[in-house]
Order: sequence, then C-alpha cells, then structure tokens
Amino acid sequence: MSEFFAMGGYAGYVWSSYGIAAIVLFLNAFSSLRRHQSILHRLKRLESK
Amino acid sequence: MQYSQAFKAMLVRDLRIAFRQRAEIMLPVVFFVVVVSLFPLAISPDPKILQNIGPGVIWVSALLSVLMSLQGLFRADFHDGSMEQILLSPYPGPLLVLARIVAQWCVTGLPLIIISPLLGLLFHLETSAIKVLFISLLLGVPYLNMVGAIGVALTIGLRQAGALLSLLVLPLYVPVLIFGSNAVVSASNGLPSDGQLLWLAAMLILASTLSPFVINSALRVSCSFR
Amino acid sequence: MKRSVKGGLWLWFHKMASPAYFYDVAGRLIPWCVIITAILLLVGLIGGLVFAPADYQQGDGFRIIYVHVPSAWMSMFIYIVIAINSAIFLIWHIKLADIVARSSAVLGASFAFLALVTGSIWGKPMWGTWWIWDARLTSELLLLFLYLGYIGLRSAIDDRRVAGKAGAILALVGVANIPIIHYSVVWWNTLHQPASVSKFDDPSIHLSMLIPLLSMALAFKLFYLCIVLINSRSELLEQEKRNQWVKKLVAEL
Repeated sequence: MSEFFAMGGYAGYVWSSYGIAAIVLFLNAFSSLRRHQSILHRLKRLESK
Repeated sequence: MQYSQAFKAMLVRDLRIAFRQRAEIMLPVVFFVVVVSLFPLAISPDPKILQNIGPGVIWVSALLSVLMSLQGLFRADFHDGSMEQILLSPYPGPLLVLARIVAQWCVTGLPLIIISPLLGLLFHLETSAIKVLFISLLLGVPYLNMVGAIGVALTIGLRQAGALLSLLVLPLYVPVLIFGSNAVVSASNGLPSDGQLLWLAAMLILASTLSPFVINSALRVSCSFR
Repeated sequence: MKRSVKGGLWLWFHKMASPAYFYDVAGRLIPWCVIITAILLLVGLIGGLVFAPADYQQGDGFRIIYVHVPSAWMSMFIYIVIAINSAIFLIWHIKLADIVARSSAVLGASFAFLALVTGSIWGKPMWGTWWIWDARLTSELLLLFLYLGYIGLRSAIDDRRVAGKAGAILALVGVANIPIIHYSVVWWNTLHQPASVSKFDDPSIHLSMLIPLLSMALAFKLFYLCIVLINSRSELLEQEKRNQWVKKLVAEL
C-alpha cells in the first residue's frame, strides 16, 4: 500500500498533479452549481416581492 | 462619389486629423527608440551579445510600439459620434476601414520601419541583416496594424480597453514575431531568409484581404448598442 | 420518407433551441452525465494508477500522463466547440449557441491551465527544469492567453448581445489563428531544439496504458458536458427571467 503512495519515488510529482487536477475540476463544478442555486434564489426573491 | 474617391477621401481625412496633432505622431517612434535603447543598458554593451539579441529586441519593441499606438485608433471618432455616421454611409464598410488602416499605418507604422536601419546599427547588425530587418518590418508591421485594429474594434469604449487589447492581440502577433525576428537572425548568420520573408508576405496578404471585413463587423457590433 | 425524417430533425433542432425545452431536457440529462463521468473516472484512475505497468524509462512518474494529456485534449476540444458555436450564433442568430460558448469558456481555460501545470510538474523529474519552451507547452500557453482574452472580452462588455457577438468574432479569429500559431511555434522550436528532449507520448503505447488514458479522456469530456449543461441552464434563467416559463418555474420552487 505504501508502495502505491510512494509511486516509485515520484510521489510528490504524481500526487500533486492529481491533486491540482482534482481541485481545479472540483472548483469548476462547485462554482457552477452554486451560481445556479444563487440565481434561482434571487429570482424567487424577486418574484415574491 | 465613386468608391476610389471615397477611399481617398477617408484616407486624406484621417491623415489630416493625425497631422494636426504632430506630437502624437512622434510618440510611437520615440517609444520605439527608447525601449530599444534600454536593452543594452540592462544587459550588456558587448557587440557580440547585442548582435545576438538585436533582431529579437528590435522586433519586440516594434511590436510594443504598434500596440501602444493602436490605442488612439477609432477612439476619437467613437466618442464624438462620427463613427456611427461613417458606418451609416452608403459606401462599403470594409473599404472605408481599409482606408483608415492605411492612414494609421502611414502615421504610426511607416516611421518605425524607416528608423529601423538606424536601430540595426545601434546593435552592430551587419548590412545584410539590416536589409532583412527593414523588409521584415515592412511586411510585418502592416500585419500588426491590421490585426491590432481588430482588437481595437472589439474593445472600443470598454473600461480597461488598453490591457484587454494587449491580451487579445498578443497571441495573434506571435507567428509574425517568430518569423520576422528569425528572418533577421538567419541573415545575421549568413543563412537565407527567403522562407521567413515569404511567410510574412503570405500572412500580410491574408490579413489585408480578411481584416477589413472582420474589423467592419466588429465596429458594427461595438457601436450598435452604445 | 426522406422529407419527414429531415422535417423531424429540423423540428427537433428548433425545439432544442427553445429555452424552456432545453432547460428541461438538460436538467434531466445532468444526473446521468454525472453518473457516467464518475464511472469513467473510476475506471481511468484505477487503470492508470494501479493496473498500468510502470514505464521502463520514467517509472511511476509517467502516470501524470493520465491528467496531463486529457487536459490538453479538452482545452483544444472546448476551444473548437466555442468556435463552432460562435459561428452558429453569428450566422443563424441562435441564442443558445452563444450561451453554450459562454458556458464553456472558464472550464476550457481551466483545462489549458491544468495542462500547463501538470506538464510543468512532469517536466521537473524528466527534464530537470520546471519549465521548458517546447512546442507543445508554448502552444498551450498561447491557447491559455486566447481563452483569457475571450473571457476578459465577454465579461468587460455589459450588454449581453454585444458581448455575445464580439466574443464570437474573437473566437473565430482565434480559431483561424491556432493552426498558424501552432505551426510557427513548432517551427521555432525545431530551430532551438534542446539537447535532451524526451517525448511525452510514445508512438507505440501499450494497450494497458492506453485504455485508462482513453477512459480519462472520455471522463473529462463528460465532465465538460455536465458543466456546460449546468452553466447553460444558469445563463438561460438569467437571460429569460422575464418570460413566463421562468416565472412559473421559480414559483414552483
């Protein structure tokens, strides 16, 4: 198991790459969903006025 | 009025307006010379090094000077409303746009090209290299003007037009920069530079035929809701 | 028979361009896309990190390929999608095309950024430097600039319609230049080839290494589809907020 994480000595490089990729993709997904929600909320508030 | 007369009228108009503000004509050239002069100061006055970096430095500085001079294009007309009048005229938009670009090049591009041999001397370039420098700029600077005008047309009236213009236009400048600068480097090393110059000529032809139409469309889009 | 099929296709096409219909269909499509994305990601990650054998030259370090190459492919794919939609928007004035283009831009730029960062990280153990001006990384950098210019222009223009058209023109000018830029960068690079250049992709890549790569590439594609659908729905709500169908939708929340 620890061999898997060590990645033959390239652990820092491999895992930081995958980590940054995960962060970038997650941020995109998160901001998209949040934008959708906030627009819906804002329109609802405008409607109920 | 015939089309050729309309073209000439537009060209003369722009030139006349430009020459009224003579100080502004000198600005791009002065900028060009100043920027080029900074490099020996920053790097080294050693002739060997200067010969190495000369072509690239001169080309990049020319590019930046053109970029700087683009700011004034179309702007005054846009802000005082005459842009809309020009767009509404019965003459084909691309034709008038071409006239304006030619005027712009005469005022801001041509001086750079003319003074380039002098700058070549400052960098100890050989005569053959200076010749190629002149030709490469002669072919490349109009391209920079035209593609830059596309960027200007898209960003007219925006708040941070200057920075945005640079960002839009720089990736499009890269091919001409690569071939232009490399033509001079090849000439410095005694190698043939015909291929690079032909490439520049091809890009210029492409830009000349297509950019008036693109700029015209972009101007219409930018002016439509202001 | 032919006429009715063509008519049916046009009918579907026009229906899709109708905002309310698209909003509904997209909404139902998204959960499925998410599931398929997750499956493909799992297959790709496990295949790439666990099952693919270590490269004889680069050891386990080559596994970065499974995020680097799909990111690079996606950055180019998305730019082409933006360009095609820009053309459709300019020619046929279909608003949905503009919305799709706008919705794709940030993710496209993210993929270009990711390709650069992972390429740089990969370069450190392989070439010994954090950055190298090789043709592909330099082209990718310029592509990132093209993306940033597109995003910058669209956000700087307040009027939605003008922003759409101006962005479309810029995207088309950009896409026409991409082959020219790439060719000139490759040419420039061959002149200044550094002494030791390692190739990113082996011409003969083993199947066990290839399958996870394709799976990751497809996963990224479907991820892009999810994001585009979600963003398009947001843009549609914003654009159509005065229309009946939006008001009804919001009231039922």
